[in-house]
Order: sequence, then C-alpha cells, then structure tokens
Amino acid sequence: MTINILMPALSPTMTEGNIVKWHVKEGDEVNSGDLMAEIETDKATMELEAVDEGIVGKIIHGDGAENVAINTVIAVLLEEGEGKGDIDASTEAPVEQVAPVAQAAPTPQVAVAQTAPISSDPDLTGVETEMVTVREALRDAMAEEMRREENVFLMGEEVAQYQGAYKVSQGLLDEFGDKRVIDTPITEYGFTGLGVGAAFAGLKPIVEFMTFNFSMQAIDHVINSAAKTRYMSGGQIACSIVFRGPNGAASRVGAQHSQNYAPWYSNVPGLIVVAPYSAADAKGMLKSAIRNPNPVVFLENELLYGETGEVPVGDDHLIPLGKARICREGSDVTIVAYSIAVGFALKAAEQLAGEGISAEVIDLRTLRPLDMDTVIASVAKTNRVVVVEEGWPQCSISSEISARLMEEAFDHLDAPVTRVTDADVPMPYAENLEKLALINPEMVVTAVKAVMYKE
Amino acid sequence: MRKSISFEINHLQYLDESAKPANDLPEFAKDTDKLVELYDRMQFLRAMDKRAVGLQRIGKMRTYPAALGQEAVGIGAGLALKDTDVLVPYYRGTGMMLSHGIKPHEILLYWGGDERGADYKDPIAAQDFPVAVPIATQILHAAGVATAIKLRGEKRAVMTEIGEGGTSEGEFYEALNVAGVWNLPFVCIVNNNQWAISVPSENQTKAESYAQKAIAAGMDTLQVDGNDIIAVHDASVKAMEKARNGGGPTLIEAICYRLCDHTTADDASRYHDQKVHDKAWEVEPVKRLEDYLKSLGVLDDKAIEAMAKDNKANVEKEVEMYFDILNNQPQPPEAMFDYLYAEVPEKTKPQREEAIRRGAK
Repeated sequence: MTINILMPALSPTMTEGNIVKWHVKEGDEVNSGDLMAEIETDKATMELEAVDEGIVGKIIHGDGAENVAINTVIAVLLEEGEGKGDIDASTEAPVEQVAPVAQAAPTPQVAVAQTAPISSDPDLTGVETEMVTVREALRDAMAEEMRREENVFLMGEEVAQYQGAYKVSQGLLDEFGDKRVIDTPITEYGFTGLGVGAAFAGLKPIVEFMTFNFSMQAIDHVINSAAKTRYMSGGQIACSIVFRGPNGAASRVGAQHSQNYAPWYSNVPGLIVVAPYSAADAKGMLKSAIRNPNPVVFLENELLYGETGEVPVGDDHLIPLGKARICREGSDVTIVAYSIAVGFALKAAEQLAGEGISAEVIDLRTLRPLDMDTVIASVAKTNRVVVVEEGWPQCSISSEISARLMEEAFDHLDAPVTRVTDADVPMPYAENLEKLALINPEMVVTAVKAVMYKE
Repeated sequence: MRKSISFEINHLQYLDESAKPANDLPEFAKDTDKLVELYDRMQFLRAMDKRAVGLQRIGKMRTYPAALGQEAVGIGAGLALKDTDVLVPYYRGTGMMLSHGIKPHEILLYWGGDERGADYKDPIAAQDFPVAVPIATQILHAAGVATAIKLRGEKRAVMTEIGEGGTSEGEFYEALNVAGVWNLPFVCIVNNNQWAISVPSENQTKAESYAQKAIAAGMDTLQVDGNDIIAVHDASVKAMEKARNGGGPTLIEAICYRLCDHTTADDASRYHDQKVHDKAWEVEPVKRLEDYLKSLGVLDDKAIEAMAKDNKANVEKEVEMYFDILNNQPQPPEAMFDYLYAEVPEKTKPQREEAIRRGAK
C-alpha cells in the first residue's frame, strides 16, 4: 500500500503551513530519517524527515505551496513493487487509515473554526470594519495605545525579539524599541512585582504572561500588591496595569498548562477581569483595559488567536469594561458563556435553531464586575438558563452566575440553572482523555434540552 | 574583626577543544571501556532525540525538547547517580533519565502525550520524579527530597538539573539557600546551553558565571566544560559522593551550546547567529570524545558506524514499544479520576461513570 505524507503539525495550535522547498523529487528513493522538505509557519521553519522507506511517487503540493492545511496529503511514497498506478486509490483512502496525524488535530480547535457568525453585534452596527485575527487585534490595541501614551510599555518573556511566544507582539519591538518592549529574564514573580512597582510610580505596564499558568508564580503581586495597594494606601497609590496572556486549555499541553484562571482572579476585590471572545472585543477591551486606572487581568485564549472576525477600522474602537454582549438573540433559553465557550454556545444555538429552539447567547466579556443586568433581562424573557464554561465546576464563574440568579432572578426561572463545565480533574495529556474532560457544543445542546424539559 | 571576602570559580576541563588531554585524566577515564560506554550512551541519546523530533514532524509526538549538543551534561552527570540516589529531572533531562534506568519508550510516551510515561517501571527509576515543565520548581522539590534523606539519616543524594535561564527564577535562589544552610545532600546541575528559548545568556544575567550564584548560598560550586563528558562526569561523581557523606551541596555549571531548537515548536535559526552556531558544532561533546577515542586507536570509523547502526536499531525498538502502548493500549476514561486522590471521592463517582459511558461510544 502506498504511504501518504501529510502536512505535519509543527506545534499544538498550527492549522496550516507553507512548503518552502522539497529536497526530494519524484522517483527518488528515501530512507527513514532522510530530509524530505522544509515546512514553514508564522513561527518556524522546520525540516520534514521520512519515517518510512520508499520511492517518492508523487509530490502533490510543490515548492512554495502556501496555506496547506495540516493533515493534507502533500506527497505519496511508493513501497517496493508499487507503481504510479497505485497512487490515486490511496490518496482517496480514509484519513484514519493513513494518518495518525489526524488524531493530533485538537478537538476544540475544530469546533471553534466553525463558529457561527455573530448575528447582531451592536458595537459593529453602522461602522466600517475589516477582517482581522484575534492575534492581530490584540497587537493593534497595544500598538495604538503605545502610540497614544508614552507611559504604556510591554514587558514579559519572549515579547520583544521573538515577537511573543504566540506572536501576539509582532512588530512592536521594531516600532517602539527595546525601552518599551522589554524581554525579561525568566522570572515571573520578578517582572510582575517590578511591573506593579512601575505602575505605582505612574507608568502603565502591560505585563505578558507566556501563559496564565505561569502567573501562579506571580500571583502574590497580582493579588496582594496590584489589587490592594490603592485601598491600603487610602487611595494614594494607583496601579494602572494590565496582566495579559493566553488562559484556559489550549490543546494537548497537559495538566499544568491547561488551566482557566478566570475564577481565581475574579474572586479578588480590586481587580477587573476581562475574557473576550471576538476579535472586535479583544481589541476594544484591551484598549479600554490599558486606559483603565485599575489593575486589569486580561484573559486571552490560545485557540482563538488565529480566529478572524470583523473589527472596526481606525484607532478609536473602545469596548467598555463591565458590559456583556448579546451575541445571538433568542426567546426560549439563555446560554451564558465567556471566552472560547462562546463559540460552543453559538454553535449549539445554531443546531438548536434547526430543532425549533430559539436560544439567546450572552457573552459575559467582563467577569469582574459581572454584568448581571444583561443576564437577568434575558432570563426574564426566556426563563431558562444554561451557563457554559471551559473550566472546572467548583467555585467558578458558572457557579457565581448560578448563585446570583438564585438571589436576583429566582422568580423568573422555570427550570434550575444548569451548568456545562469541564470534568473536575486536572487536564489529561492523553488525547482520548482530554477530549472527555473538555466541554463541547453537543453538551450544551443536551443541557439546553434538559432545561427545556425536552428528551 | 571585619574582613574582605573574595571568591573564585574554578573551571574544570580534561579534554580541550581539540580533544587533547588538558589535564591528568581522572582514574575512570583511563579505562577506555568506560569511555566507550559514555560515547555509546551519548550516541544513543542523539539518535533518540533525532527520531523524536522526526516523529513530532509527522504528528506522532507532541512538543519535544531535544538535548542536541548537551549530551555530555545529561549522560555525564546522570551516570554519577547510584541506584539509591534520587533524580529530580527537568524537561531537557532525557540524558540523566536514561542514565538512571528510565526507559527510552517511557520518555517517548510522556512526550507523546501520555502520563503513563512518568510511571517508571524500573525499580531504581521508580523513585525518580516526573520531568518538571514549570521552570525552577524542581530545584525546591530536590531540596525537599534532600531534606527528607537528611532527616532519615540515609546515605543517599539528590541530583537535579535546570537551564541557565531558569536560574533567574526566585525559587532557584530559595532552593540554594536552604541547601546551603541545611547542608543538604543536593547536587544541582546548571545546563548552561547559552539560550533560554530566544534569550541569550547575556540578557539573562550580568554575573560572569552561573556557578557564582551558589556562592551567596555558601555552597561549593564550579564550572565545567559541558562538551567534555570526562569533566562533567568527574565533577558530578565527586559532588554526589560528597553529598552522600554529609559534605553538603554542590552546584555544577556545565557550559555547552544548544545546537537544537528550544523545543519542536521553536525555530532557533530565526534568532541565533549562524556563525556562532557553526562554531559550536566544532566543539560539540560527541565529536570531542569520538576524536579522543580515535586518537587512542580505541575506535575507528568502522566501529563508530557499527555502534551508530546498533543505536539506531535500539531506538527503533523503543519507538515500536512506544507506538504499541500509544496505539493499542489507550488509557481508559476512568484513569483521569482514579489517580487524582488516594481514593475516588464519592461525589466524583457519577462523573467517572459518565466518562466511562461517553468514552465507550
């Protein structure tokens, strides 16, 4: 049987790449370990080596092929005794047979890529927009605010020379120089405390955590220093600072790198906590966060960085902090979510619409302060709520929403508030277990039907 | 009376850059069989790393941190552990792990995204820790294990490893401080491969060495040529022996060069200086020992080629074992609940049942 060579996934979140150059041509014999091709992504150029022996039967995507999706067949190897005639049948073979790579494609990523369009975003009505990725939206927000105010600077690991571990700070070093885009030594506690000190002294730091998992080493400065010093100094010492970076599960990065810190930080008085979903919110809310006179924890999501969305053109797009957004209107049930879970909620709502259930989807956007007015107004209309959260269930944003609805909207409810959360376990590294631990749109659909008393 | 304090950092090298003895060799290095064994193990590690990176490129491995150019550090130091000693490795510690009985396929399984890879089957390795991926946490854990050994009055020692970048973390200093003041049986290897992802050493510290960071903790400390496995092994054996005998902790800064990317998700060619990189290939550790053994007439190209062939075949066997577990023995859904607490809590049982039901679909 011929062997399909697939577009490799160089990193856990890569979705596509370019073929720079083939080092073999059709008819060449290759052995395990031979260099076959150079593959390029936005982050890296990598060598693809042969794993099996064979003869290069066909190169399907040649030198310079761009934006080739991972798992696409890029070439076919012939084994002994096979000829070109064997090729067509095998390239059409089911992916499972030939592609262990397919297993590496992260489930949540697939779901997010199919996110239903946001049907009515009041923030975008009547304004000229352009399509940008969440990654670019965040970068643009920082660049615009750094142009606007000299006191704003970015600091963290790999933010300058490397352009960000997830390429969020692309171009900032070139434009603003190394005094305002600063690579630090590996010291999360160190640069967080230092950033807080600089904020006390009147600068406006943006502190990037490579991921929020690393912020645990620095959490004393976020909570005890940044959040409390204004209070403890009788209002004398302000701390205008943004702590930002990817939060939540990415894809196949194991227990210590897959955690949602939204519940942790939103527990703390003195902090503002933001977790946008769309590209427009990522930009507009990061700009607001940088201008805000208080410490803001700004939670991004690695799996959303590559997602594209409409963002207003120009440098004055501000989204107020503390205001939720109804991103799909409906009348039968309210689905409340934030960050990546909004995508699952929207997808579930789309499927439910096909089954005659009209779901309203609310993106909380800001987690502290919580915009309960928007949630309650929706519940007054639908009388049923499902809260969706990519994170653990206990003492979570979803448990907070549930409690607040009990206190403030009990009489509106026709069914118990129901939650969809990850399993109550550290994130498994193994693919099959990670899939079982994470939420997905089907679970949202099931929960909605339960609160509708259907099935 | 007040007095001035001064210190000195010694640098140990036995084989110089041209693979010629720079010093009288230690006793073990006069045994050419021992040197061939060291060479063989470095060659295996290099072959395994190469295969693992290749597997990642085709989607059969998750993010993998290779140790290319750092083989002498991992193998040379790791072989200083006795069966009763404890290893607290970090993510680039494959060389040390292999040297203390952790199986290659277990390491592949771990980086292939399966926690069972940290469940070491070898009884000696079973006391060793899973790799630490968070930066510098392992150094305090190692100091904690060393404390336990000291409290129990055992004649054992702990070895741990960290990159030079990781020494900027506060935890590193905190660990050294207790190791010094409590005179712990603790040996910390600093793998100074010059790069912390893209951050070069000159942006990491203004100190002239990483070794001197241990001076303030009152620890013995030295630098070794990390491309010279004889120097790494000699210093490590002596440090571990001293630690076992109540002589206290040691820091060993092994200076080498990261010839590979930080991990498979990185591309060092985008930030390193190609000339410096090429220069580092001239003094890398496998070639260093190879050249020396050739100069003695112990090895020739034919023997080296035969060893390489054997090592490649041995790596293949381990890859097959890895694939067999990964493909044919998936973890059951309940695994994620069963190893979380000593006993599965009552309240978790319905979730566990649900996962089993969903997993069976």
